[in-house]
Order: sequence, then C-alpha cells, then structure tokens
Amino acid sequence: MRLRYPSNLKIIRVPCSGRVAIIHLLKALEEGADGVMVAGCLEGDCHYQAGNLRARKRVNYVREILEKIGMEVDRVAMYNVSAGDGPKFADIAREMTEKVKELGPSPIKDAKKLASKKSKVEVAA
Amino acid sequence: MIMAKPKPIEEIINEIKDFNKVLIAGCDGCVTVCEAGGSKEVQVLASALRLFFTKESKRIEIDETSLTRQCDKDYLRELLDKIDNYDAVVSLACGAGVQFMAEMYRNKPIFPGVDTCFIGVTEERGVWTERCQACGQCILARTGGICPIARCSKRMLNGPCGGSEKGKCEVSPETDCGWHLIYERLKELGQLDYFSKPADPKDWVSSRDGGPRKIVREDVRL
Repeated sequence: MRLRYPSNLKIIRVPCSGRVAIIHLLKALEEGADGVMVAGCLEGDCHYQAGNLRARKRVNYVREILEKIGMEVDRVAMYNVSAGDGPKFADIAREMTEKVKELGPSPIKDAKKLASKKSKVEVAA
Repeated sequence: MIMAKPKPIEEIINEIKDFNKVLIAGCDGCVTVCEAGGSKEVQVLASALRLFFTKESKRIEIDETSLTRQCDKDYLRELLDKIDNYDAVVSLACGAGVQFMAEMYRNKPIFPGVDTCFIGVTEERGVWTERCQACGQCILARTGGICPIARCSKRMLNGPCGGSEKGKCEVSPETDCGWHLIYERLKELGQLDYFSKPADPKDWVSSRDGGPRKIVREDVRL
C-alpha cells in the first residue's frame, strides 16, 4: 500500500495489546519517549477475547497516574484499529504524533539532559 | 488475607520529597494478592515517582525490592546489607509489615505505601470484601459460617435488627444484611433452632478492647 506514517514512531510488536502492562508504558516515558500509543484490535474483535479491553483499562490507569504527577495525560493513548486496516493505522499514527508534537518534548527527556549536563560539569569541576 | 489499597501517590511524594535515596519495598504476601503492594506495584510506583522527580528536576534515587514477607524477621533481614544505602524506605506491606520493618531498622524512616483495610477475600479479580474482624473468639460455628461481627454493620450477636429490609442493611442498599444471610444459610443447613438459643454477651477482651493482642504458644516456641 506504500502508506506513509511519521518516521519518528518506534513500533514495538506484542502478540496482543493485552500483553502491554502498566510498567511498559511508564518505562517508555521514563526512557524519554514523548508519547506512547497502544494500538489494539477493534473492540469485540480480540482473538483472546478481552486483551484490548484490558489494555484500555491499563492505558487509562497510566493516564490517571500522569495526571496525579502533573504530566500531560495525552502523552499516553489507546487506539483500536483492525490489523487489516493499514490506512487507519497510518491515520492514528499521524494523529498521535501531531498530538504529542503539540504537547512538546517530554519534560523527562529535558530534565534528563539537564541532569547529565550537570553531572558532567560536576565531574569536570 | 489482609487487604490493602494503594496510597495516593501525592501522599507518598510528600513524605519522601526531602530524601536523596529511597527504597520502595514490596511484600510478596497478602498485599500481592490484592494487587496493592507486590513486586508489580513496586515497579509501577517506583517508575511513577522517578517520572515525577525527574520532571521536577529533583535528583532522588529510587530503588526497588520485594520481600517474601515483611511480617517475618527472617525476610526483613534480607535488607540488612543494603538498608544503609537509603535515607528512607516506602514499604508497600500491610501496617504490620511497615511496623516490623521500622522495629528492625530503627534509624530509618519507614513510610507506608498502602492503606491497610481489612481481613477479607477476593470475590473476583479487582473486588475484595471483608470477612473477619479478628475478634479473637470465633463464633462461626453457631452462625452458619457467616460472621455477624464482620458482616453485620452493628456487630449484633442476636440479629437481625429492625433496619434489615429485603435482605439488605439500612447502612447501604448495597450491603447485605449479615443476619439475613445467617438466617438463610441456617435454614439451608436445617439449623434454624440456633435462633431459639440467644447468644450470650461476647467477651470483647479478646478483641481490641483488651489492648494490643499477643499469642504465645509454648508448644511451637523454640
């Protein structure tokens, strides 16, 4: 189909969105990801019955955590897209990227950079 | 088992914000079953705290561990070598675990990471309900295996009271009337005659009224 979607998207393949745990989403943010989206199958279409529904609950839980610690909740989002619907995947990839671009770079990435600069200065001093 | 729920993260942040190195210690016992304080919850809490403090440009190091049980000195001792590397510990064990850790490591502030709620059961994943109030003198033999101390809002020994309506308690329409449950169960068991013998007043000294409790069993002591 030669569809285009943003090249700054790193895809991590899992057997089912139900495999995605809360800690995976948090770790991605900790590592400096500007945003994380979970793309599960359409609701009602899960091969394992409820994997995508569980994924949505976990995404919502992470969004709650983000709200409590004062980070933008929209850095984490859940989407449902059929495995056979390439154009929709490209659409949501663009949508998510745009949303995250609007939010700007992750505060974690900035703070980490600053911290490593500081520690370098400390070492130099 | 002892049921607990995670403390609001804001509360934990507030307790540890002035320290430099903090250990989050889970417990693989009861609190793991109710998904409040096991190793998974330790990972999530530690990660969320790291995110928060990094975002705030505060350099607090947060490490993770989980002990088999925190209500047992043998397992608490596993921290002997590393506890001095930390300024404070957030324990995700029940209140008993937090206190036992504080007793063993007297020079370390130990903060609770969960709110301990009750002795209960897992009705289904994500739903836990109270079954026992540890009154110290079990009367389940006379009440069809349903505890009026834990299940009746008034802890009545001879119920139900006038507030029981259609099997529900006057405290909340969602709460079953404990004594209604007892009646139905005794009927099923053919033991309704228990109702004709009123229960004697309970000696609450074996409960909290007697102060903190202690069990000493010479037969199992070393």
